[in-house]
Amino acid sequence: MTSPAAARRRLALSRFWADFRTHRGGMAGLVTLVVAVALALVAPLFISADVTSVVSGTGERWAPPSLSEPFGTDESGRSILLMVWWGSRTSLLIGFLAALLSVVIGLVVGVAAGHFRGWLGGALMRVTDWFLVLPSLVTALVLAAILGGSTFTIIMAIGITTWPATARLIRAQTLAVEARPYIERSKALGAGHWHITTRHVLPNVAPLLLASTTLEVASAIVTESTLAFLGASANKTSWGTMLRASYDFGAATQGAWWYILIPGLAILAVVMAFTLVGRALEAVLNPRLRRAA
Amino acid sequence: MTAPLEAAEPAVQAAGPGDERPTRRGTLQYALSKAGGALFSIAMVIVGTFFVFRLLPGDPVRNLAQGRNMTPAQLDLERRRLGLDQPMIDQFFDFVGKTLRLDLGISYEYKRPVLDLIGERLGPTLLLAGTGLVIAVSLGIWQGTRAGWRHGSRFDRFSTGASLVLWSVPTFWLGLLLMMVFGVGIGPIPGLFPFRGIESVDAPDGFAYILDVASHMVLPCLTLVAVVYAQYLLVMRSSLLEEVSQDYVTVARAKGLRDDEVRRRHAVPNALLPTVTLVFMRIGFVVGGAVTVETIYTWPGLGQLFYEAVRVPDFTLMQGTFLLITVAVVVMNTLADVVYHMLDPRVRSA
Repeated sequence: MTSPAAARRRLALSRFWADFRTHRGGMAGLVTLVVAVALALVAPLFISADVTSVVSGTGERWAPPSLSEPFGTDESGRSILLMVWWGSRTSLLIGFLAALLSVVIGLVVGVAAGHFRGWLGGALMRVTDWFLVLPSLVTALVLAAILGGSTFTIIMAIGITTWPATARLIRAQTLAVEARPYIERSKALGAGHWHITTRHVLPNVAPLLLASTTLEVASAIVTESTLAFLGASANKTSWGTMLRASYDFGAATQGAWWYILIPGLAILAVVMAFTLVGRALEAVLNPRLRRAA
Repeated sequence: MTAPLEAAEPAVQAAGPGDERPTRRGTLQYALSKAGGALFSIAMVIVGTFFVFRLLPGDPVRNLAQGRNMTPAQLDLERRRLGLDQPMIDQFFDFVGKTLRLDLGISYEYKRPVLDLIGERLGPTLLLAGTGLVIAVSLGIWQGTRAGWRHGSRFDRFSTGASLVLWSVPTFWLGLLLMMVFGVGIGPIPGLFPFRGIESVDAPDGFAYILDVASHMVLPCLTLVAVVYAQYLLVMRSSLLEEVSQDYVTVARAKGLRDDEVRRRHAVPNALLPTVTLVFMRIGFVVGGAVTVETIYTWPGLGQLFYEAVRVPDFTLMQGTFLLITVAVVVMNTLADVVYHMLDPRVRSA
């Protein structure tokens, strides 16, 4: 592919990468993310879901960190290290898929609300604003509780309650794009709704969407762990369910600080990494912020 | 969660030329239309609640009974008790009618009217969330102003970094940590504050009682503040940054006003508006935080009641608390909208 458009795109991409690399926080976040995702992906090569089974807990109960158990053990002698490692799969998977769902809903609603100015756009914005007002954690908790709390329903619950912020962002961007003259030219040449939204609007909102997806993953991971902690979650081991267990078995009163600290630090590291990458992307992609920073 | 990282978003639009000075009638009209919108939202909340609690895939009773030993006969009884055996349309009108009469049903677990339970738990929540909110807002605005005014300074970098970390911390984890360190005590440090409930078992009378409650409130309040204040700091900082580059600030400086005065009398009041509005716009976030914090510290408030309802699970109690929390959030949002409109001439013309 050596068409001018492809070359231009490649140039833009390399400029973007050069810009992004200047953000130290963003780079640190990106490295953390790559490591975390790689570890989660290769986990089945080394360990299996057995590490989370109570039966396999052969170590001492409530053992503090030592050479053989770097992060200590839990109430039934399971290794915290291995559980955090295995649990990262659930936490990351739910984080990614819930964010994806939320962003896809937000994108479709946002572009439609910005593109169709008439009653449809108005109605969509009304719905968005209505969802925006709902206390999202409370709503997600109700949804997860009623739907039964499998991995799928947790993803649904998070996705359904968090899309409005993306929708508003995308709508604003869509309005800005559609005010430009080349849209008018395109319309004059007979472009339909589908052509305009997918060929002109979408490429222009895509960068912003990337930034907001990254931030959305961070928030989805926090929400997942909170839902799990509040007891509405899949029975699979995730960082949230580990912390729930630490609370249920009184790790704080047992003085088992490692049981509380380690899964929480895992959440914090991944969420911080996503947030840093998201902010760096925003700074690179959003000229308004670039001016301010 | 994305939003507070951006500038405050309430639609601040510059007044175009030829905009008339808004009249009191205009404000009233605006307030009425907003109130109408809020009523519509509340109606949608009621309808939405009805459908969420009854029409979702699967049988709510069976989902709620998960993990508990219930015979089919018991399930049937529970269905009949909730009126789930009636035709959907009858259920709907029955539900709407009762809700409008503030009849939220009888709690399954407590065998008492949901409304009474909510009434009992409202006080502790208002105390905790109110205190936390006031502290978080003052702290956030104060530090945000300092950070934004000396943009790029060490304080700015430190406080922005710290609030990003706090922003990423899950509320419940911070609560667990604080509970472990300051409640239970760790290593040589003894536990400093009580971390269960709102009062001691042998609660004293009079002034000592107030102290007792206050000491119980320290940890939950600290957790709530830590998580909530970060977003106010970030928003105050970014909206102050927007103001600093405005012409009127340059004019104020050119007049020879002291730096301190430019900040206090000119920039901050303008930057304050979006921030304060955001406090109420994002009240749902505080509510979510309150649920988590109350759960951890077994604070006998509305959030804990809601959590218990989800855990038991208590269908009517869950529905009632959800309705009340959501309606309260809608009302506060609307109030924020109207007050913002009254205070800020820039949005009136929009």
